[in-house]
Amino acid sequence: MTNSTGTNSLRNGPAESGHFGDGLGGRFVAETLMPLLLELDDAYKAAKTDPSFHKELSFYLKDYVGRPSPLWFARRLTEHCGGAKLYMKREELNHTGSHKLNNVMGQILLARRMGRKRIVAETGAGQHGVATATVCALFGMQCVIYMGAVDVERQQPNVFRMKLLGAEVIPVTAGAGTLKDAMNEAMRDWVANVQNTYFLVGTVAGPHPYPAMVRDFQCVIGEETKAQMQEKEGRLPDVIVAAIGGGSNAMGIFHPFLDDPSVRLIGVEATGYGLDSGKTAASIERGSRGVLHGNRTYLLQDENGQITEAHSISAGLDYPGVGPEHSWLHEIGRADYVGATDDEALEAFQLCTRTEGIIPALESAHAIAYATKIAPTLSPETLLVINISGRGDKDIFTVADRLGVKL
Amino acid sequence: MSRIARRFAALKQEGRGALIPYLEACDPDFETSLTLLRAMPEAGADLIEIGMPFSDPSADGPVIQMAARRGLKAGATLPRLFEMVHAFRKNDPDTPVILMGYLNPVEAYGPLRFCEDAARAGIDGLIIVDMPPEEASVMQACAAENGLDIIRLVAPTTDDARLKLVLSHASGFVYYVSITGITGTRSASDADLEAALPRLRAATDLPVAIGFGIRTPEQAAAASRIADGAVVASALLKTLAETLDAEGRATAETLPKVLAQLQELAKAVRG
Repeated sequence: MTNSTGTNSLRNGPAESGHFGDGLGGRFVAETLMPLLLELDDAYKAAKTDPSFHKELSFYLKDYVGRPSPLWFARRLTEHCGGAKLYMKREELNHTGSHKLNNVMGQILLARRMGRKRIVAETGAGQHGVATATVCALFGMQCVIYMGAVDVERQQPNVFRMKLLGAEVIPVTAGAGTLKDAMNEAMRDWVANVQNTYFLVGTVAGPHPYPAMVRDFQCVIGEETKAQMQEKEGRLPDVIVAAIGGGSNAMGIFHPFLDDPSVRLIGVEATGYGLDSGKTAASIERGSRGVLHGNRTYLLQDENGQITEAHSISAGLDYPGVGPEHSWLHEIGRADYVGATDDEALEAFQLCTRTEGIIPALESAHAIAYATKIAPTLSPETLLVINISGRGDKDIFTVADRLGVKL
Repeated sequence: MSRIARRFAALKQEGRGALIPYLEACDPDFETSLTLLRAMPEAGADLIEIGMPFSDPSADGPVIQMAARRGLKAGATLPRLFEMVHAFRKNDPDTPVILMGYLNPVEAYGPLRFCEDAARAGIDGLIIVDMPPEEASVMQACAAENGLDIIRLVAPTTDDARLKLVLSHASGFVYYVSITGITGTRSASDADLEAALPRLRAATDLPVAIGFGIRTPEQAAAASRIADGAVVASALLKTLAETLDAEGRATAETLPKVLAQLQELAKAVRG
């Protein structure tokens, strides 16, 4: 969680004001929430420099989350593609089945330090909701999860898991009933319950300090990857590919490599029906700068600044924005942002399942789709890491439906 | 002296506070909202707030969310809104008009162009909910150059140190958000308001208006007595919504009902 400190490091952001580069990020919230964000910023700064906080977090990451997650050489997938050597960072093996718990564990310990008793969170695919409900069960805290009504429908298994864990799941019918609307509703809940509530944001977006804090908690992915690759291959990887919705799994694996210019970082957005189909979630490739949910970042919007609905087969990527630090990495050209369609993700989902015996989340399948597309164009010496951010058990109904199989 | 300052000064002479009703642009259509805007001063509005519809009004409750959605459906854009205020100004040179909304549509329009066009249309002040003083640099200078007040929100959570910062960026009047919550939900008690005001009075000479959760004539009267003005939004929008037909269109009842409610509020505020 310690970022490097050289003055030319790309890992020093954001500024004290919460901005990345030229005005990205920041704190665009109503006055009622400003004092809470400042308090959170102070509390996080204090925790960050407190060895006992790190000791506690390490304990839970190891014995409860199950870290470190393995770095797996995907031999059959590599042979299938022909070209780059494909590794998989196995975040799907974490407790609750995704990378989400890394961040949630950090924030719940912070919420406890701050004396909060009630946790509110937004969720898209339900991975963040399940992770949040899990730690609330673990620590005996009240848990309220806002989830778009459409997502509740397509992610039934996760909804039931959250309920089993004791969370109250509130379906949000406003807008298109997806992650954006869940985020609005979670913010409304927070502003109405500021005295006792902690808003546990699930991705590297939202007002400062969330993008930086969530990133810091997710950096364990990249730090482990670096050490594991060193151990296996004696050097840095050449390419890292990760799926991007809000961008927390990607930021977690990218960030520790930002100052290693030989490492190519590729974020894969969900292009839905296609980049120019009008039904896409590619905020960087098809969006523009704007302000939503507390930060300035790339957003899908119309010419009047109204936010447009995103589309992706994957509920976790179905969001019209992206974390501000990704927008910054895009603007300075340190990371490349590309896309994979619903169909490509679906195909990669099946390919990964059959060649590696790993059922990936549909979110992660976008990263697999792009990685397997470029692998044949790369030399066999190229070390390519795919971040398998989650497991796909939750997605089997969606996939069955798309494949015309009745369960 | 700006229209806002003149109006508050005149009301002080009268010995009463301001009634500040709210309407959402193009809710449920351009003509109806323009007619409503034009009729509001006669019905007792001292200042008027117009909502700029946004797709994601995260500080607003269900009533304003629905109003914004109706406005957007009816084609509300900033040019349409400016057109509306421009038309209003032809017959009413005195009633201050304040826009309330979120930053993204303003940024998409361009902050400088926005301030110029808003001032030209006859708008007096801006409340941009998700633009705290820390993020206001994009607007501050061009608003001032065009004679627009940036009206600041102060919340119960705003502590004394922060209050200073917020007020140092405020002009026109101060909008006290009376509850921690979204619009149109809970209400603060008179006692809460009585307790909150001295802290604000000690920190600023600007007039203070109270908003969020003011529904009834009694609440409006109390708020305008305790502070210098009362904002009523969701209660009026709720009445408007109830008069619409199944397709969300205005009916013969729409204007009379909303204006009758405004008159009741005004009667109470004027004692």
